[in-house]
Amino acid sequence: MAINIQMPALSPTMEEGSLAKWLVKEGDTVKSGDLLAEIETDKATMEFEAVDEGVIASILVAEGTDGVKVGTVIATLTVEGEEAAAPAAKAEAPQAEAPKADPTPAPKAEVTPAPKADAVPAKAAPSDGERVKASPLARRLAQASGLDLTSVQGSGPNGRIVKADLESAKPAAQSAPAAAAPSAAPVAQPAAQAPSGGQDFGIPHEAVKLSGMRKTIARRLTESKQTVPHIYLTVDIRLDNLLKLREQLNASLSGRGIKLSVNDLLIKALAVSLLQVPECNVQFAGDTLLKFQRTDISVAVSIPSGLITPIITDAGTKGVAAISAEMKDLAARAKDGKLKPEEYQGGTASLSNMGMFGIKQFEAVINPPQAMIMAIGAGEKRPYIVDDALGVATVMSATGSFDHRAIDGADGAKLMKAFKALVENPLSMLA
Amino acid sequence: MADQFDLIVLGSGPGGYVAAIRASQLGLKTAIVERESLGGICLNWGCIPTKALLRTSEIYHYMQQADKYGLSVEKPAFDLEKVVARSRGVAKQLNQGVTGLMKKNKVTVYFGDGKLTGKDTLSVTKDGKTTDLAAKNIIIATGARARELPFAKADGKRIWTYRHAMVPPEMPTKLLVIGSGAIGIEFASFYNDMGAKVTVVEMLDRILPVEDADISDFMNKSLAKQGMDIRMSTGVQKITDTGKGLSAEIKDKDGKVTTEEFSHVIVAVGIVPNVEDIGLEAVGIEKDQRSHIQADEFCRTNVPGIYAIGDVTGAPWLAHKASHEAVIAVEHLSGGHPHVMDKANIPGCTYCHPQVASVGLTEAKAKEAGYKVKVGKFPFIGNGKAIALGETDGFVKTVFDEATGELLGAHMVGAEVTEMIQGYVIGKTLETTEAELMETVFPHPTISETMHESVLGAYGRALHI
Repeated sequence: MAINIQMPALSPTMEEGSLAKWLVKEGDTVKSGDLLAEIETDKATMEFEAVDEGVIASILVAEGTDGVKVGTVIATLTVEGEEAAAPAAKAEAPQAEAPKADPTPAPKAEVTPAPKADAVPAKAAPSDGERVKASPLARRLAQASGLDLTSVQGSGPNGRIVKADLESAKPAAQSAPAAAAPSAAPVAQPAAQAPSGGQDFGIPHEAVKLSGMRKTIARRLTESKQTVPHIYLTVDIRLDNLLKLREQLNASLSGRGIKLSVNDLLIKALAVSLLQVPECNVQFAGDTLLKFQRTDISVAVSIPSGLITPIITDAGTKGVAAISAEMKDLAARAKDGKLKPEEYQGGTASLSNMGMFGIKQFEAVINPPQAMIMAIGAGEKRPYIVDDALGVATVMSATGSFDHRAIDGADGAKLMKAFKALVENPLSMLA
Repeated sequence: MADQFDLIVLGSGPGGYVAAIRASQLGLKTAIVERESLGGICLNWGCIPTKALLRTSEIYHYMQQADKYGLSVEKPAFDLEKVVARSRGVAKQLNQGVTGLMKKNKVTVYFGDGKLTGKDTLSVTKDGKTTDLAAKNIIIATGARARELPFAKADGKRIWTYRHAMVPPEMPTKLLVIGSGAIGIEFASFYNDMGAKVTVVEMLDRILPVEDADISDFMNKSLAKQGMDIRMSTGVQKITDTGKGLSAEIKDKDGKVTTEEFSHVIVAVGIVPNVEDIGLEAVGIEKDQRSHIQADEFCRTNVPGIYAIGDVTGAPWLAHKASHEAVIAVEHLSGGHPHVMDKANIPGCTYCHPQVASVGLTEAKAKEAGYKVKVGKFPFIGNGKAIALGETDGFVKTVFDEATGELLGAHMVGAEVTEMIQGYVIGKTLETTEAELMETVFPHPTISETMHESVLGAYGRALHI
């Protein structure tokens, strides 16, 4: 008996994913629990384990294929001792999904901004080195519009790419002059973040295919800058007390193997300031405003393939030692691409710290649907007025970016003031 | 208890019988219902027997031109009864062929009038006896019939439809053909070649109106040269039987009405779908304004489980369209994933003398659709084989999209073009551009070289002109 192995839903909200890598090949014997493949969702790469025992009869979706719908048969498994049979059902071709241009996330009691399905067309799944099957006309049209045929799903015999596939794949801006032809296939609506063909000026270059994460970053940040009116409020904050407190705390915590970073304390400070100024712990949701009763801080972590924001849930009421331990674990797993979706989806506000790179001050892009992000610059010794005299103090600049639809300038200023006060008098946030 | 099947096909024309064979291949228990002869109109009263007649007229035409080829024939003549008998013999042979195919594929054949009695039931009535059948799926393939003119009811004596014209009891001396579509022109060509004086009347401003305007023009001149009287933008208003002939009131393009005498009239003014008394209303199957059953790209009607294919679903009214839809419908209803047919890739052929064949958009239609076109045209007179055959009447016209090189349409007139059009059809189906067609090596000496030259010509590269 042949068992169909289907694209798994690795999180409750997952609709499709990329088949990043096959860890088995046709003919391999697998048993329950063996790793079959790495599946990439928009932010994480997860391993997919075998449930049944048998021999991999056929691999139906090549690695590197994007936009594989949950439930698509990706391989077949033959139970030992029986002949390999054709898959019961033909693998459903992953379809390019129309982008959901919904600038206003539906109001939800819980903060679970579900990642929207990627608007990028699924690709034809040619495995490496295999030629792309396409009609001469399709090849010419693709070349003319700068479209990569490997990113197009073919509808012809054996997945051959034909003219109609390109018409549904390419952005409307490049639609053929034959748009008036009654027989022309309908042209898909342009995706706001559809891959623009780019312009080739003949400069030597390497074209690198975007990862699922890169596409998500591109889509979400474009959406943020295009739809969210940002205001930026900057304060200078003296760090000496916080640094001193950190030293004391680390000295006393060393026995427990905990070493607090400045960032851990700033996470706590941001969370507490949001509790003090709840006007800023909100989310704009079309005709409603969500006022959160908990502070979940998304912390930007740079990883080789991009950026991810693991969440410290309820940071406002958590002890700094707990925040530190959690952060260490999340950051380590983020770098391995092993975060679970619920560990990076959500959050009520974000913190982005570029101090370690020596950046003095910057304005961060709000991570929608959140309404604020705190950008932290480097702590540095600066000339500073202490007790009406010019002295030297360790100072950092922090800039809050606020969604002006949800947060007024004065409320934003109140938050910045609260944040500054907490960092400069750090004992108050531990109380 | 009704006899139970996986699929019942209503109608056994080139749509219906092909559906039954494909269903059987896919393991479905299949029945086919036919009220008359297996094979339907196409091979009993349409495509095939007319080709047999036209073969006779073609040879007769060559016999009359024997001298041109250095031969001598003593006063060519024909025996009409034998001509018709040959045509009927060909039809009978193919009818038996289909009977054999049904048997080989274990398709149960029910003769009688089929009628839907429910979404999955059908009754067959023959000689007052009714058999009830039931199936998971039903395919309606009842075809179409000649449209009638209210003032010229075909009686088979002097007023004919295609069906009467195929079995003429006598040779018309002066024939009026109303309508210049493929059917009208084929019969006009046949009777003209056989010696009748033929007049063709067309309401529109050109004959073979679905073809490219250049083809219509060419055919108009060619048929006139062969002795036909072709009148465009002209209508027949009234036909009266005078006892020894027919009198027709003809209104010409200037509105002038004249009365003329004819021995016979062939009415070829299009066809209407066979949708009556087959129970469509009982199950609520939707039809369009012209009574064609509405079916989607997989030939599904609005009633789940019931499919419709071929002429009964509308244009183009071609046997090969019906057969192709048959395969799509059966594969779809049996859970397969058939590819949808692109109507722009369905060729059309008219077997007059010279022949006409085409696929895709005409030049005018392409421009209407917004294309900037490149057009190539190559005459048979520039082709060695055509000259050797003595068949220099004809040309090949190709229409390309200037922007992409897509072959939008091909239009051919001349000897054997109906056998050659498939070259372009394959090219179109594979979505070749002008480049692949130019790179194709055409055999010499063949008339098909004109197809190559036409493509080259569209890009200013024709060699033999």
